[in-house]
Amino acid sequence: MKGIYKREVKSYFCSMIGYVFIAFLVAFVGIYFMAYNLNMGYPYFSYTLSGGLFILLIAVPVLTMKSFSEERRSKTDQLLLTAPVTLGQIVWGKYLAMVTVFAVPNLIFCLFPLMIKASGQAYLKVDYCAILAYFLLGCAYIAVGMFLSSLTESQIIAAISTFGVLLVLYLWNGLMDFLPTNAGGNLAGVLLLWSLLAFGVYQMAQNWILAVLLEAVGAAAGIAVYVLRPSWLERLLPDVLGRLSLSNGFTSIINEQLLDVGSLFLGVSFVVLFVFLTIQTIQRRRWS
Amino acid sequence: MIEVRDLVKRYGSHLAVDHLSFVVEKGQIYGFLGPNGAGKSTTMNIMTGYLGATEGQVLVNGHDMLREPEEAKRLIGYLPEIPPLYTDMTVREYLAFAAELKKVKRAEISSQVEQVMDMVKLGDVQDRLIRNLSKGYKQRVGLAQAVLGFPEIIILDEPTVGLDPKQIIEIRQLIRELAKKHTVILSSHILAEVREVCDHVMIISKGRLVASDTPDHLERLIEGEETLELEAKGSRSQVEDILRGIQGVRELRSHEQGDGMTKVQIQVADHREIREEIFYAFAEHKCPLYRIQMSKATLEDVFLELTQNENEDNAAQETDPGAGVPEDKEGESHEGDL
Repeated sequence: MKGIYKREVKSYFCSMIGYVFIAFLVAFVGIYFMAYNLNMGYPYFSYTLSGGLFILLIAVPVLTMKSFSEERRSKTDQLLLTAPVTLGQIVWGKYLAMVTVFAVPNLIFCLFPLMIKASGQAYLKVDYCAILAYFLLGCAYIAVGMFLSSLTESQIIAAISTFGVLLVLYLWNGLMDFLPTNAGGNLAGVLLLWSLLAFGVYQMAQNWILAVLLEAVGAAAGIAVYVLRPSWLERLLPDVLGRLSLSNGFTSIINEQLLDVGSLFLGVSFVVLFVFLTIQTIQRRRWS
Repeated sequence: MIEVRDLVKRYGSHLAVDHLSFVVEKGQIYGFLGPNGAGKSTTMNIMTGYLGATEGQVLVNGHDMLREPEEAKRLIGYLPEIPPLYTDMTVREYLAFAAELKKVKRAEISSQVEQVMDMVKLGDVQDRLIRNLSKGYKQRVGLAQAVLGFPEIIILDEPTVGLDPKQIIEIRQLIRELAKKHTVILSSHILAEVREVCDHVMIISKGRLVASDTPDHLERLIEGEETLELEAKGSRSQVEDILRGIQGVRELRSHEQGDGMTKVQIQVADHREIREEIFYAFAEHKCPLYRIQMSKATLEDVFLELTQNENEDNAAQETDPGAGVPEDKEGESHEGDL
């Protein structure tokens, strides 16, 4: 794992991508910093970072797009997969290398609150918590990007699909408002999601009996609840899915100066989930 | 060393490897021979653990590639069809990375990289970016990578493809050098190469093992087909009469050519040497003999017979009596490869 990690970090700094990524993030956050903190004199750096949230949507795909797609296209994955290392070590090595590159601008961000303090009142605790939350959010985004890169051989497709998925995550709260609140609508939504899950299980396990059984049990339970206790279904989807909003933890620090530990856990679980999915994707391709 | 048991690989409905079984013994050079698309690369990819098999098992020194992948992979060095090179690294950096990946001890990495670069003659380019190297050098870097860690088994997928003749000779020498200490398995669709380098040939066609033996044995296998070909000035009936008088002529096929020449193909019984007799017989009848040629079965014939029998029955052989014209055969075998 260490060998792969070192090679990846080195490669990011040999091929410009690392520098471009860092310069891009620092430059744009710097512009927000200049506008909000220096010109308008607002003492919170955390507020500036919230402007930098959108920058991540563009920067992260650039960082993650080639992680696995390029390996596959140039067949260098044959070297990694026939070496005496586990797939987990390969994926974690690559992931941590990207996180390391992303850590560099975050370390630079740590200087900004000090600049504010040098010229007056600063709120260091809030600011550093915000940087931590921003970093974790970026780590979750990177995991998503890496997963999408493992699905394709084309860097372009990897980058665009990553941008698309991250945009959905970014707009998550707003999208939740469009979900139906009545019981019938929620039942339909639950059934749709459940069917997707059953299809996913079928794709993974290639066992249609299991998938059909899963689908049938889920559908029966959903309809039973709808008939017996329709109130349980009301607002179910917006409530449950709304909790999965990744950026909530970050915005709660900015708006309410509140560090929500639960949302930090959500970020970490996101990372673990998508690293796991990446490993599964690569593993599965070897057998198809 | 390596035992492959009942290997099957399916891509959708396409059967790439069809119940393949063989055993590879220590200290020999094995050649995988087969037309393109025969399943050579797929088999090698499964043996090295890059792909999973649909069915079957690969044992490397008793380690199952599925259950103990790390132990099994440690024993194998692999050069795939396209060398897996990170083109943004220098040769030395790349080899050091590969050594670390192969779990070479930290203290030995630089000395081993040095040793391997020496072996494949990469010293001149060690600090250049791989991206800027020629195809031949890239192939050598790939080979160096496979040799790193000095694994017991070295698997090379078409190691000489795309190289110039001088480089091909160098690589073959290197392979022979390696075989002194390692077991080498290489694949190729170039018959001469396999004939020259390998101790043992495995012919694969449509994912099945159709023959497995030493090159000499394989050639003897169809030596019954041994033919004599001759050309003489005279009418067809005259030539046939002369030949009928000679013992050992089992079957003959002749046709008259426009310029008063007759061409004959003779099947000789029991590998008898009858060329002298023929010479004197024709001299006696004052019938000038222009050409006489014995044609032995070559590995190419074995290859063609074994790989064509599958799809074209015997039709291909009937219409192709010119077994004594190796040039034609050569051309054909290449066509088959494409």
